[in-house]
Amino acid sequence: MAVPARTLRPTPGQTVGPFFAYGVSYDRMHQVVDPYAPGAALLGGTVYDGAGAPVPDAFVEIFGADPDGRVPRERGAFRRDDHTFTGFGRAFTNDDGHYEFFTLEPGAATGRAAFFAAIVYARGLPDKLHTRIYLPDYEAALADDAFLASLSPGERASLIASRTPSGALQHDIRLQGEGETVFLDF
Amino acid sequence: MTPQTAVAPESLLAAPDQASQREITVEIGSLHAELERRERAGERIRLTVHDFPAYRSSVLRHPTKNLKLVDPETIELLSPAFGQRDVAAVESDLTIQHAGVPLGERMTVRGRLTDSWGRPVANQLIEIWQANSAGRYIHQRDQHPAPLDPNFTGAGRAITNSSGEYAFTTIKPGPYPWKNHVNAWRPAHIHFSVFGSSFTQRLVTQMYFPGDPLFALDPIFNTIWRQKDRESLIGVYDHDLTSAEWATGYRFDIVVDGPDATWFENESE
Repeated sequence: MAVPARTLRPTPGQTVGPFFAYGVSYDRMHQVVDPYAPGAALLGGTVYDGAGAPVPDAFVEIFGADPDGRVPRERGAFRRDDHTFTGFGRAFTNDDGHYEFFTLEPGAATGRAAFFAAIVYARGLPDKLHTRIYLPDYEAALADDAFLASLSPGERASLIASRTPSGALQHDIRLQGEGETVFLDF
Repeated sequence: MTPQTAVAPESLLAAPDQASQREITVEIGSLHAELERRERAGERIRLTVHDFPAYRSSVLRHPTKNLKLVDPETIELLSPAFGQRDVAAVESDLTIQHAGVPLGERMTVRGRLTDSWGRPVANQLIEIWQANSAGRYIHQRDQHPAPLDPNFTGAGRAITNSSGEYAFTTIKPGPYPWKNHVNAWRPAHIHFSVFGSSFTQRLVTQMYFPGDPLFALDPIFNTIWRQKDRESLIGVYDHDLTSAEWATGYRFDIVVDGPDATWFENESE
């Protein structure tokens, strides 16, 4: 079936500005799951600008499938109850430009590479930026991914998290310059 | 690359060059002319451009490469689910969060959230935040010497109903000065953060007010380079939404964008 023509012009985006913190914060927003829940994983990194300086006034949102690869349809991301998995989290960068989440690592459909969908917002960023944070552990699936294969090695590396010795996921986001993160349009 | 120590965020707020308003206005004009030229030459240009140096803090924070077009996967075609469990009904009234009544012009903002095909986006979350009637944010880094209002925080949330409609009661915000250039003032605005039917439709934007004399001077408003798109962010005064002896009324409809794959996703629900 063909997609019909769109009838409405979309509303354009704008920057979140400097003073978003009190507007979009809520309790345990970066704890998609409780840090001590079974399977809880730490996902964190630093947001950098084009001069390599950390960005202290940005925020990152993630939306991820559950470990079975199922997309959560449950409500409650803004009223955490510590047992419902909503897949959604939001984290501000701190004064060192660092963000972090506690969440479950997403599964993927058979043969697909698993990733978190992610969006970055910041003062000085005129509109949101979509990206992906792929898990590093499924090398065969990563190698087979058509989108990743279309990228240069450096671009591809900017989308794949690394695993720290303690098992956490480490993923920096570079808004500009050397190692610039690949941002997406759909 | 050697890791750098982060500087205190408030020290980042002032642009180093402190251009005059006249210089900034000229820059805005030439940026718009250049974008029009590129579009005429066949380039597809986003509604809001990321590379807009008249907005000084964007200079080191915008990507220099084109965004990569990708087919959205399932996680991107669905959205986090929200409902009244996430937001109390009273959170949509920003005038009753404290013991007293805030100062300023009480107003209601109503609108409808739809996708590009006009289908309502029901049960989704809208967050707003704004300055008070004096143009002061409650944020600790806002040092504008205008009064804080002990009866006004300036943050609210609502869930759209089954027709995609939402409503907020608040106070009309004032314009506020910032340090992008000398004597820089933002037109009065309310920040909106909106979840669509898919994560790709996520939108953060700002609603403005009709007739603001600061529109042409403001680099942030003008990161939206087409006049008709800028106009879509201006709330419409609607006397039918104004309530007698109580509040003025504005309408602000919001359209979240495709992509085409979201048409199928939402038809099947």
